[in-house]
Amino acid sequence: MNELRSKVKELLGSKEIDLFVGYEQGTRLPRPLIAASAEEADRLIFDESCTGNLAVYLTRRELTGGKKTGIAASYYAMRSISRLLDENQLREGMVKVFGLTPDGGLTLLESIADVKQRLQETSAPSSQVEDEWVKEIEDMPPAERWKFWTSELSKCFKCYACRAACPMCYCTKCIVEVNRPQWIQPWAATMSNVEWQINRVMHMAGRCADCGACGAACPLGLPVHIIAHKMVEMVRQNFGEPTEKGNVLSTFKPNDEENFIW
Amino acid sequence: MEQKNIPPKNISPKYISKASLKAWLAKVKDDGRHIYAPVTENGKTNFKRVKSVDEISMAHIQTAQSAKGAVFPRTEKLFSYARQQGDVALQDYNPGDIPDTVVFGLHPCDAAAFKALSGIFNWGAQDKPFSERMQRVTLVGVSCSRSDVFCFCTSVGGHPGSAEGSDILLTAIGDDGYLVEIITDRGQALVEKSADLFEAAAGISKEEHLASAPARFSVEEVQRKMAGSFESDIWKKQSARCIGCGACAFVCPACACFDIQENAKGNGTGDRIRCWDSCGFSLFTLHTSGHNPRSVQSQRWRQRLLHKLCYMPDRLSVRGCTGCGRCSRACPVDMNLAEHLKEFERL
Repeated sequence: MNELRSKVKELLGSKEIDLFVGYEQGTRLPRPLIAASAEEADRLIFDESCTGNLAVYLTRRELTGGKKTGIAASYYAMRSISRLLDENQLREGMVKVFGLTPDGGLTLLESIADVKQRLQETSAPSSQVEDEWVKEIEDMPPAERWKFWTSELSKCFKCYACRAACPMCYCTKCIVEVNRPQWIQPWAATMSNVEWQINRVMHMAGRCADCGACGAACPLGLPVHIIAHKMVEMVRQNFGEPTEKGNVLSTFKPNDEENFIW
Repeated sequence: MEQKNIPPKNISPKYISKASLKAWLAKVKDDGRHIYAPVTENGKTNFKRVKSVDEISMAHIQTAQSAKGAVFPRTEKLFSYARQQGDVALQDYNPGDIPDTVVFGLHPCDAAAFKALSGIFNWGAQDKPFSERMQRVTLVGVSCSRSDVFCFCTSVGGHPGSAEGSDILLTAIGDDGYLVEIITDRGQALVEKSADLFEAAAGISKEEHLASAPARFSVEEVQRKMAGSFESDIWKKQSARCIGCGACAFVCPACACFDIQENAKGNGTGDRIRCWDSCGFSLFTLHTSGHNPRSVQSQRWRQRLLHKLCYMPDRLSVRGCTGCGRCSRACPVDMNLAEHLKEFERL
């Protein structure tokens, strides 16, 4: 904790970074803290309870645009950072990534190559809960499964917290706000809510870090991250892991199998 | 028109046992009224139209959503149209479709918010769909016997046992029953449905049965400081972590921003629809020209707070915040409102 605070103060003082995106103690859980001064840096905390994906702030231009930014990155934030770089949303040298070592120590990853290396060496946190959800839902007969999702998504009021919390949802104009033509009806109603979630997750194919921030952000506790989790698994099975050369949505190969279209 | 402002009648409080309360609600329901009440499903409690009074659950501190949907639905048809041989036939809003409704189990912070909504929807012109619904709704509040770290009603003029906004206010007295305060004629009419289920309640004081919720700041001082802080950098500092979703506005009992949309069916017919919106969205103020007067989140955060704490009290004589704390519970990045308001006190 003290190591991070003093390191951040040092980097802010030497102007190596303009901002640090980290965590502070919140009302009940750790919450994001955007520190630009030594005084603010003194509120920083960073331990295994800090799980929110802070990479979401790296594409917020009004906050971090053109600024050298340090970030306290959870495993999934590192995954997002790696993919944001692959999608040319981050510039090498503009981001300094701090991670936690397995024993809780602090580690500074100077380059994105270091981040990618780190991701290869570290295994993802357990997704047992999400896997069980998927299994439970898949075990339902189709009619019951449809009832489950339409019942859950009928509650959605389209506050778009799922979109706002997602580091990969950085479009300045989202498909749900395009009105010529209007692809998705913008008011809250069961079918248009289902359309919204399907579209949101489809646009994440091969890009989603599977961090669960969308579901964690939902003020109604709807399990929208489970749709993303299932999608990640389907994409992995059909197309393999994403690479820096592009993801399943942004690349085309003549020999792509089409056996998933039915 | 506005029947909510009828002064408290001089009716002495009554007492109703839990069993009788169920019987009363069942009677109200069987008489054809819709009952919206807290229902717990998958560990989450929300207002829902109940099919049976047995579904009602009062174990929560706060429902995820407020009860405002009873008078301001998240999606509502304003009118329909059909093109006909060079003309357009309009079918106006039909109040006849609105059911008589009882909202049961809302806490004082939610009941008080109906006054804020009325202020907004009746500012200048009276909003027809809202007013029609208000005339058909009876609010049966339940005092708070518990509070949590996000509650701050007492800091914004409310109270865990406040009757403001309710037509009837119940206060749980132990585990067996409720003290019943009948506040308005509308409340009285509902009680008279089954007057025999209510007993005399001589000598019962509700105070000791209420949640403790000490005030955390002086709202007058916050309002005074905030009104003079338009150019302060506090907005930018506070909103730095805000990710600009609409969760706070959508769960807020007093937020009334809406959008107007067109559900065109493609065959010359369609509906004009009103749906919830949020001043926290950048799209909310984006002009057709491309200019956005609130182009960054700090300006939108400023608008949200000034509107609730300054503009509404100034223009509508009612605050746009009742201290329910939902925004703070719902926020993905813990934009704790009471904490932020307290910071203004120290400016």
